Amino acid sequence: MVIERRWKKWVFFYVPLTLFLVGMLFPFYWMFITAVRPDAELYRSWRNLHNTPFWTLHPTLDHLKDLLARTMFPRWLWNTFFIATVSTGISLFCGLLAGYALARLKFPMAGTLGTAIFVTYLVPPTLLFIPLANIIRDFQLGDTPWALILTYPTFLIPFCTWLLMGYFKTIPKELEECARVDGATRLGAMAWIIFPIAVPGILSAGIFAFTLSWNEFIYALVFISSPERKTVPVGVVSELIRGDIYFWGQLMTGALLGSVPVALVYSFFVEYYVAGLTGSVKG
Amino acid sequence: MAQVVLKDLNKKYDEVHAVKDVNLNVLDKEFIVLVGPSGCGKSTTLRMIAGLEEISAGEIHIGNRVVNDLPPKDRDIAMVFQNYALYPHMTVYDNMAFGLKMRKFPKAEIQKRVQDAAEILGIQELLKRKPRQLSGGQRQRVAVGRAIVRHPQVFLFDEPLSNLDAKLRVQMRVELKRLHDRLETTAIYVTHDQVEAMTLGDRVVVMKDGWIQQVGEPLELYGRPRNRFVAGFIGSPAMNFMDTTISDGGSALWIECQGLRLKVPADRSARLAGKKGQPVVLGIRPEDLHPATGADPADLICEAVIDVVEPLGSEILLDVKVGNNVIVTRVDPSVRVKQHDKIRLAFNPERIHFFDTKTEESLL
Repeated sequence: MVIERRWKKWVFFYVPLTLFLVGMLFPFYWMFITAVRPDAELYRSWRNLHNTPFWTLHPTLDHLKDLLARTMFPRWLWNTFFIATVSTGISLFCGLLAGYALARLKFPMAGTLGTAIFVTYLVPPTLLFIPLANIIRDFQLGDTPWALILTYPTFLIPFCTWLLMGYFKTIPKELEECARVDGATRLGAMAWIIFPIAVPGILSAGIFAFTLSWNEFIYALVFISSPERKTVPVGVVSELIRGDIYFWGQLMTGALLGSVPVALVYSFFVEYYVAGLTGSVKG
Repeated sequence: MAQVVLKDLNKKYDEVHAVKDVNLNVLDKEFIVLVGPSGCGKSTTLRMIAGLEEISAGEIHIGNRVVNDLPPKDRDIAMVFQNYALYPHMTVYDNMAFGLKMRKFPKAEIQKRVQDAAEILGIQELLKRKPRQLSGGQRQRVAVGRAIVRHPQVFLFDEPLSNLDAKLRVQMRVELKRLHDRLETTAIYVTHDQVEAMTLGDRVVVMKDGWIQQVGEPLELYGRPRNRFVAGFIGSPAMNFMDTTISDGGSALWIECQGLRLKVPADRSARLAGKKGQPVVLGIRPEDLHPATGADPADLICEAVIDVVEPLGSEILLDVKVGNNVIVTRVDPSVRVKQHDKIRLAFNPERIHFFDTKTEESLL
């Protein structure tokens, strides 16, 4: 019996888990190995006798040096960071207030409004960028960071609102009522009681929003044209692919460096973030 | 210290009329208990007093002020919630100090008051802990402590003991009563448990469907319930009810139903005279029936068959069949009986209740 169970655990747990992990992590490995592979190996034929596609014996930092010195990569990194931070800040602020209102206050059409906010999240950016481009032009924001800082909230706010609304609903409303009886105003109860308890939810909304804006591609591609104002995803693709020439080494180094901050943010806050998504508050 | 007056208080939600024309005068220093089944409007009434629900119509006075439009924080009340509602991110000390901090008390005063309250409740050792490190009973104490540090005019309790296990509940019940005697603050307490209501309340308010059914001291409610609902709600096991008819036996009135024929006690006859030939509901509490002895008059005795025997130690509950009715009687543990035995039960004539079949009002 025990043997059979172990056999089952392998087939239904370890093997699928391993396959999944390999599938998830292989692109990162490929990114890394390409980033440190010398050009001579990169552009060698697959049929070459000494071809070793899955490892390299001559790792090099040439691509990294090249990327930092000869492209505007540091500048793109800063742009991305600045834009993602500010738009996440705006979206969190709006999402906090809207999520709280939808979760707690009684007002006419509250349910409809909640659904409406959610529906706006479903509008694909590939459609929305056309009217948005018009607006950006009318306000003369084209080719400035504000074009992105003000358009990212169109998908970040609905997202934050819904995530936080769900989280607020898991917080017993007696906590807040008790605070109001104890001497706090509604805003006071929000600031002193609800928000501190909602930290996991707020953090996970923030991390998600930050990642979404960090990785955003289409708005950044459409609204920004000067190389020095680009974000990492757009900069890497548009400046390191020239016609049909791919600078694979620099491309992969850029992609790797671009994903490091996101990975760091996730790994630091992973516990909060899980608690934020599953909602776990007890009174 | 204050009295609380509710005048024609109403609460209407979109489709539900939760509280209907409630009039109540809670005296200064009184411990009053609102009791009733779930959905009777007792919690809504309490929440309106606290300012957590808007008032649809009517007035609430606390002390000399009409508080209808005051926010909860300005009503000078403290409330204890069913789920304790302790702030999970604060220590016990901070939980208790929160209300005082919000009111900008000086630090020394806060510390003194929290220490005093902690001492009264025996939770001095817990002050540095977080709520999740406390047991249910400890959390309950902290919640009470948070209310008493404020020295409010009125305490509001919303089913504060229902999350505790049975043993702890009895213990906390006694402590709350002692605490009230010590603090002498007006208290309004909501519960669905009639035992809590009877043991804690100076007066008890029985509610049903948003209406107040009766207000009175515990023993008054028990002895002279105004209607069938109160009679059935207060007391455990509940009062027995039987559908009977009043018939005229010449010199006296008789109560009749299948398997039962009793003479109406002389002092009750006058009130029932108008009901001759009509149905009435007879009510009798389990302890007001006893196995008949030679001393009991024959016209107050009925024959019954024992259906179930429930020995409780200090007493035995017998579920017995009288005609079609199953009624419960409470007898001394020395009575030796078993299932399907026949037993003769005598009614205590002073404790028989009569209720109108339609209005369910007491006919006494």
